[in-house]
Amino acid sequence: MTESESQNTNVVVAGLRAWSANAIEEVIEFRGETTVVVARKNLRAIAERCRDDRALQFNLLSDATCVDRFPMEPRFELQYHLVSIPLRQKVRIRVPLFGNDPIVDSLVPVWPGANWLEREIFDLFGIQFTGHPDLRRILLPDDWEGYPLRKDFPVEGYRDIPAIATRYTRSRP
Amino acid sequence: MTTVETATGPAKTMVLNMGPQHPSTHGVLRIVLELDGETVLKAVPDLGYLHTGIEKSCEDKTYSQAITLTDRMDYLNPLGNNLVYCLAVEKLLGLQIPKRAQYFRVLMVELQRISSHLVWLGTHAIDMGAMSVFLYCFREREEILKIFEFVAGQRMMTSYIRIGGLALEPPTGWVERVEKFLKMMPSRIDEYESLLTGNRIWLGRLKGVGYISAEDAVAYSMTGPTLRAAGLAYDNRKTFPYCSYEEFDFDVPTRTESDCFARYIIRVAEMRESLKIIRQAIDKMPAEGPIRTEAPGIVPPGREKMKTEMEALIYHFKIFTEGFSPPAGEAFATVESPRGELGCFVASDGSPKPLRCHFRSPSFINLQALPKLVVGQLISDVIACIGTIDIVLGDVDR
Repeated sequence: MTESESQNTNVVVAGLRAWSANAIEEVIEFRGETTVVVARKNLRAIAERCRDDRALQFNLLSDATCVDRFPMEPRFELQYHLVSIPLRQKVRIRVPLFGNDPIVDSLVPVWPGANWLEREIFDLFGIQFTGHPDLRRILLPDDWEGYPLRKDFPVEGYRDIPAIATRYTRSRP
Repeated sequence: MTTVETATGPAKTMVLNMGPQHPSTHGVLRIVLELDGETVLKAVPDLGYLHTGIEKSCEDKTYSQAITLTDRMDYLNPLGNNLVYCLAVEKLLGLQIPKRAQYFRVLMVELQRISSHLVWLGTHAIDMGAMSVFLYCFREREEILKIFEFVAGQRMMTSYIRIGGLALEPPTGWVERVEKFLKMMPSRIDEYESLLTGNRIWLGRLKGVGYISAEDAVAYSMTGPTLRAAGLAYDNRKTFPYCSYEEFDFDVPTRTESDCFARYIIRVAEMRESLKIIRQAIDKMPAEGPIRTEAPGIVPPGREKMKTEMEALIYHFKIFTEGFSPPAGEAFATVESPRGELGCFVASDGSPKPLRCHFRSPSFINLQALPKLVVGQLISDVIACIGTIDIVLGDVDR
């Protein structure tokens, strides 16, 4: 990590710490990237702070995605990648979620661009976003069963294999 | 059918399905339009017709196998997809790439940018009714594809950029061929401009159409030429340089009108800037040097080495059978694709297969602002708007 990168990181973390001493659960530095772990009850407030604080100005929600660490608990990790265009900074916000209660506040009121990103996470991981204006499946058909990017969803899918295909699969060890 | 109040009393609205089989949606995009006469009241994009589960498939492949899948997302920018994936994995591994390989990567992705913009310009012109521009654009694109075929053996799905460097040493005579292309291209771009920039129909269809304010564009996470047409000079090559882009001298064209015409002007200007970057990459290129980094067990050893050293042979075998295991952690790399910020998020749990591989595709995210652009406009403007956002459905649906 270069000198300037480490200073940037400190600005982000210090900015959030100055606002609320226990907003951040943990700070992870890996390969020059800063990950700020926050509890889900603080997510919306921290997102608003990141966008509005003069010292942070994270105006662009670059990406939002999820990681499934099944069978570990908390199994889901939401990953938000924020970019500050004026200050040339980047930060990742991580929110751990338990498998029996995958619900989190939607960030659409903070960044409207979160709309489809959250729909995609809902579609593929089954995470519920409270306050989302239009939480429907986006990539898969509406009648699809299950959440394919979960680790307990097999790569081949659940559905019955057509008769022709079984001839080949039966001989497989 | 619903009834709306208009200035002349209640009127019936019509719901129209545009796509999924519609030539100007550039693939299989369906948009449900609610119309009052010819005016769009509501637009709801419906996607997923090309969803192939590439992110799930990546989790079932080793790190080097997954490169071939990345080609197939944004099929107009396969090298850019290779690059962003490799950058993310290299970040995870902490690899340093030799300078010569970095310049070659820059050269390749800039050629790819020109070819992608050419496809955009040609197909968009055809959408707007200018048939001949399409033929001229594809003539030059063919030359770029031949250059790719010469170096990688493939015209489109090249998989040329690999973890740790490049797949092959460029063959003799390849750089001369790129030089020839560089000499020819500026006059060809002038040719397109002479056909379009002052064209009355072109101006009438694009000027003042599809406006979005800079604030809205950022709030909707738009990037690329669409954001730059709104006046924000956000380009990953300048803001967060990768692959030694900080050593290159080029401009980031911006406009403030933020309409379809501004996006056209920006893409044409970007082609010229790309030519400048390619010129510099050729001039800066060290004549000799490795194209792959030295990383035993991660980057495959050269053929010569494999035949003379026992260890190299073992590494070669291990890389292609069980793969390599990066340390547990996450990495997010971004590059500037022709369509905007292309990102790749790779999470590793210390096994030879990625725990999660996610692509932040610019087409997907830019497309969600489409209703913002078209509501209140005429139905023919919807086509101009879809065109100038420049979506690739393979990139949207993944």
